[in-house]
Amino acid sequence: MFEQLSLFGLQQYWWMIISLLGSILVFLMFVQGGQTLIFVLGKTEMERKILVNILGRKWEFTFTTLVTFGGAFFASFPLFYSTSFGGAYWLWMIILFCFIFQAVSYEFRTKPGNLLGQRVYEIFLILNGILGTFLLGIAVATFFTGSLFSINKMNLSDLAAPVISRWESPAHGMEAVLNWKNILLGLAVFFLSRVLGLLYFLNTVGDDNILLRVKKQLWINALLFLLFFLSFIVTLFLSRGFALNPSSGVIFIEQYKYLHNLLAMPGVFILLALGVVAVLTGILFPFIEQSKISGKGIWFAGPGTILTVFSLFLLAGFNNTAFYPSTYDIQSSLTIRNSSSSRYTLTVMSYVSLLVPIVIVYIWYAWRSMNKVRTDAKEMEEEHLY
Amino acid sequence: MDILTILAFNLVDWSRAQFALTAIFHWLFVPLTLGLSFLIAIMESVYVKTGNPEWKRITKFWMTLFGINFAIGIATGLILEFEFGTNWSNYSWFVGDIFGAPLATEGIMAFFLEATFVAVMFFGWNKVGKGFHLTSTWLTAVGANLSALWILVANAWMQYPVGMQFNPDTARNEMMNFWEVLLSPVAINKFFHTVLSGYVTGAVFMTGVSAWFLLKKRETLLAQRSILTGSAFGLVSAILLAVSGDGSAYNVAQKQPMKLAAMEGLYQGKKGTGLVVFGFPAPDKKIHDGKDGLTARVEIPKILSLLGYRDKNAFVPGIEDIVDGGYKPEYYPVPFAEKEKAFSASEKIRRGKIAVSALKDFRNARKNGDRTKVIAADSILKTNFNWFGYGYLKSPEDIIPNVPVTFYSFHIMVGLGFFFILLFALLLFHYFKKNLGKKNHLLRLALWTIPLVYLASEAGWVVAEVGRQPWAIQNLLPDVAAVSMVDSTSVMITFILFAVIFAILLTAELMIMIRQIKAGPKEGGTTNV
Repeated sequence: MFEQLSLFGLQQYWWMIISLLGSILVFLMFVQGGQTLIFVLGKTEMERKILVNILGRKWEFTFTTLVTFGGAFFASFPLFYSTSFGGAYWLWMIILFCFIFQAVSYEFRTKPGNLLGQRVYEIFLILNGILGTFLLGIAVATFFTGSLFSINKMNLSDLAAPVISRWESPAHGMEAVLNWKNILLGLAVFFLSRVLGLLYFLNTVGDDNILLRVKKQLWINALLFLLFFLSFIVTLFLSRGFALNPSSGVIFIEQYKYLHNLLAMPGVFILLALGVVAVLTGILFPFIEQSKISGKGIWFAGPGTILTVFSLFLLAGFNNTAFYPSTYDIQSSLTIRNSSSSRYTLTVMSYVSLLVPIVIVYIWYAWRSMNKVRTDAKEMEEEHLY
Repeated sequence: MDILTILAFNLVDWSRAQFALTAIFHWLFVPLTLGLSFLIAIMESVYVKTGNPEWKRITKFWMTLFGINFAIGIATGLILEFEFGTNWSNYSWFVGDIFGAPLATEGIMAFFLEATFVAVMFFGWNKVGKGFHLTSTWLTAVGANLSALWILVANAWMQYPVGMQFNPDTARNEMMNFWEVLLSPVAINKFFHTVLSGYVTGAVFMTGVSAWFLLKKRETLLAQRSILTGSAFGLVSAILLAVSGDGSAYNVAQKQPMKLAAMEGLYQGKKGTGLVVFGFPAPDKKIHDGKDGLTARVEIPKILSLLGYRDKNAFVPGIEDIVDGGYKPEYYPVPFAEKEKAFSASEKIRRGKIAVSALKDFRNARKNGDRTKVIAADSILKTNFNWFGYGYLKSPEDIIPNVPVTFYSFHIMVGLGFFFILLFALLLFHYFKKNLGKKNHLLRLALWTIPLVYLASEAGWVVAEVGRQPWAIQNLLPDVAAVSMVDSTSVMITFILFAVIFAILLTAELMIMIRQIKAGPKEGGTTNV
């Protein structure tokens, strides 16, 4: 089946898989967003306990999606993996540091003898929520704004310095944090994750006091998200992009490249529009005065987020665009054509990707089974808790 | 001083140290997850079958300990995955085509299984039916073990690269046959040996903790049942572990003779080599100084030849033989050119440099559109590619790993492996004689075996990874050519940060574990504040 696809066809297929995983990851970062709100929404120990336990039952999904996103990128576009991870060293390291703490914080938080005390683990959760979302947003923004690196495969035959990918900024990734366009997307992802977290709480919390505070927070976070997200989108469509001449392999600057991509790919345009509308609908849902549906906003905003981020990834990689542009040496920029694994590997992995729908089905089934009943103080008397 | 020398002295060392630190730390948690997940699943199955609530209580107690250990294992796994890119960027490109594939498969096939069903396992007791819960517990165990499969396939490939071809156009290795990678004898053996070591770890942990309860005369029913389950599971696993250990050594003899020589401290090879049961590597031993590699030894004659090559009179090359070459490698596969006479390390380095230089010529000729030169360079590259990685080495001695570290790790691992078989057998014997509660010495031994099983397990990885130095990919890519170009100070700083974080987390984890064990199982099997 996949054997019939050309190398370029497989490269496109895999860019779509990466885009899908990336977009699911952004959706699942509602866990991180929720973590930043523990103290804002939970005024008593019991309320905070409810919130942490609600999030704690889902953190593995976010974490696993991040791992799979990394693994899939490694396998399908290894030149990106080696260039970005090996180059933007500090950016990725800080992201890693804030994820180490997240996993243990849930498990250790209320256990006796946990060395650091409950508050410290809660602070770790908040830091992971703030830095994890903001910095991942920054990292993704460099897919559009570019980074300072060079690639020369000839270096492999230089016995004195065989390194192929080199980062040309001494800040090793931290320079991306100073770029205002990157900051816009970083903040947009941060506030989006909070909005999603709030919507998830509305869907799962069974405590009226918390729910009242959630609605208050939703307004302000939604407004800030829209402000930063729309600013980023407008900036993106007005800015230049890195285009590829597919016949010569030469990369050149094209004004309004991403706007052109949007117009050249009507399917992506529709997905993006649908995504944004779904996110907005999801945000408005809780304000409908019918308790039966007011908690369902996450089921619109979640898929809406997936569609929006998926379309953004496609804008970055499709239509002869460099998905990881180099502002140091434009010809070093990475495209899905010049950075991928071989045809054979992509074919083999494509068969593995057929498992994804099965994975989604069992996750869905387990999720539904676990989330049938809203979580409240009564449930906090159960035995296994965070 | 050229860049490579600077890299060799600073950056590579720090990068290796950081990766080793993360891997060792990660491996403190994974084996227990592998073993305990199955033990818990077995116990829950007994509960579901018998309906006896005591088995549920026992299951929940071990599940709590599993949970404390689980999260930290996942967190460190993520770091390892990213460190392939952050610290070994050249490696990531050079072999990403092959190495990345199992890693991605692991994510899709195994991690989600584990992540989804571990949540049901912990929180689903009152939310889902008994059958669904039990299935979730089993699926968690299967997921954990499947994760191990794929990363071990990837690791085995680094020890014994198969199923691929170097493509000079893209300057990397490309996969040609997925099944050859997945079903390589090294991969299959490594998987079984490693997961079995996890089962033994889980079993030692369970029997050790239970022994403590018996010593304290608490929770005797839980402890007795856990010792029965743990030591039966442990005994079978430990015996199979020894069998797969033999398979491992056989593979090493076939594919990585230098590692085998280092494991045994063997400098001068001979026919009918004995197996060193006990010995001390000479600390001041230099290659070609005429001295024995070991200062003292207890040896079983001819057994190394027998185990390594299934022939008691086989010639096992020593470290000096492999550096000097010149012997006839009859017993393990070598490139055709070495069939009659093994090359010396200097010759391999010379050929490696020819291969690297041919790659340069190939790419230049390709750029200039000179077809004749492209074909010529490609042919030279192909002829010499078997020694490609040697081109980055400076001196013949560079191919020797750290002998004392490899030697001691190997012997500690093997010695303890046999000790575990004995321990489980004794525990089972006294369990059935119904006098376990009186055997305080044995119970104390079982308790103090817990740190030993971790020592053995980590030692196994040290043998595998230190023993294959200087290679990131055996014969194809040494560490110096695999590393990312980050300044060594940055890596030093992140190393220190990781070390501090890991130390804090380990202390917290141990304190929590001990508190939970001391508290013992409550009705629900856990203690919370």
